[in-house]
Amino acid sequence: MAAQVSVQVNGDWRDFPDGTTVAGMLATLGTGQRGVAVALDGQVVRRGEWSEVVIPAGARLEILTAVQGG
Amino acid sequence: MLDEQLVIGEYKLASRLIIGTGGAANLAVLERALVASGTELTTVAMRRADAEGRSGVLELLRRLDIRLLPNTAGCRSAAEAVLTARLAREALETDLIKLEVHADERTLLPDPLETLDAAEQLVADGFTVLAYTNDDPVLALRLEEAGCAAVMPLGAPIGTGLGIRNPHNIELIVSRAGVPIVLDAGIGTASDAALAMELGCDAVLLSTAVTRAQDPERMASAMRSAVLAGRLARGAGRISQRFWAQASSPPR
Repeated sequence: MAAQVSVQVNGDWRDFPDGTTVAGMLATLGTGQRGVAVALDGQVVRRGEWSEVVIPAGARLEILTAVQGG
Repeated sequence: MLDEQLVIGEYKLASRLIIGTGGAANLAVLERALVASGTELTTVAMRRADAEGRSGVLELLRRLDIRLLPNTAGCRSAAEAVLTARLAREALETDLIKLEVHADERTLLPDPLETLDAAEQLVADGFTVLAYTNDDPVLALRLEEAGCAAVMPLGAPIGTGLGIRNPHNIELIVSRAGVPIVLDAGIGTASDAALAMELGCDAVLLSTAVTRAQDPERMASAMRSAVLAGRLARGAGRISQRFWAQASSPPR
């Protein structure tokens, strides 16, 4: 079994296989890709980089989407 | 005059009524209200996504061909608002942002210092910023100088329906503005929206007054008419107020 990394996703600690990319994480979570955005340690990860950026251990990720409001 | 479009940054809108989607009982009610309002620009909030939590509001707005205005509601600091705006731009592919930084939960009043700080950062980052602000004529000018594409003073705190508490301040803001002024928050009923336009505002932004009305669709229709009526009246030039009566029938 591949080594796991623990990361914080929307405030909850989760484990992913080492080497998981942002795109891989979204697929695992079932969040979908349309209409969402991801911040890694307070910085936006551009959509075009999702399949390249590997999530480092201990990272703090925020996944946001649009909801009714305002 | 009615034909004149509302121009915010590079965006042109025929409707001068901007609707917020918060508070609607369900998407079907929201859809009927949005259609009745004639709006072309509608706010959405940014929240943490979860697997099952897709609200469907994006699909609805795309189907109705209504432009998205993401907001930074819930942010308490400039840093939070800037990150939320950047995430909204990435998620929704728009540079439009309704900047709102709330000072506290009870009043939801805008924090003027954090708002100005965030506005400067977002303008520098290429956003088209619509800034929610207090009905403060000085701050309104400062936000315009910071490069905001529109300044949006409140009539009263969000969701209160108290109407326009300081009409003179709104007139002062309008009289010196070089960018569109959008009356945002506090609208309770149609006459409040008409008054905003009579005072010279370029548009009205409201949500609760419609979404939580007993009949949202009918109230949306009322707001649409009110904005048109108020703008017509502003353009028509109202009579001055007098203390004594002035006969409107000729003396015999």
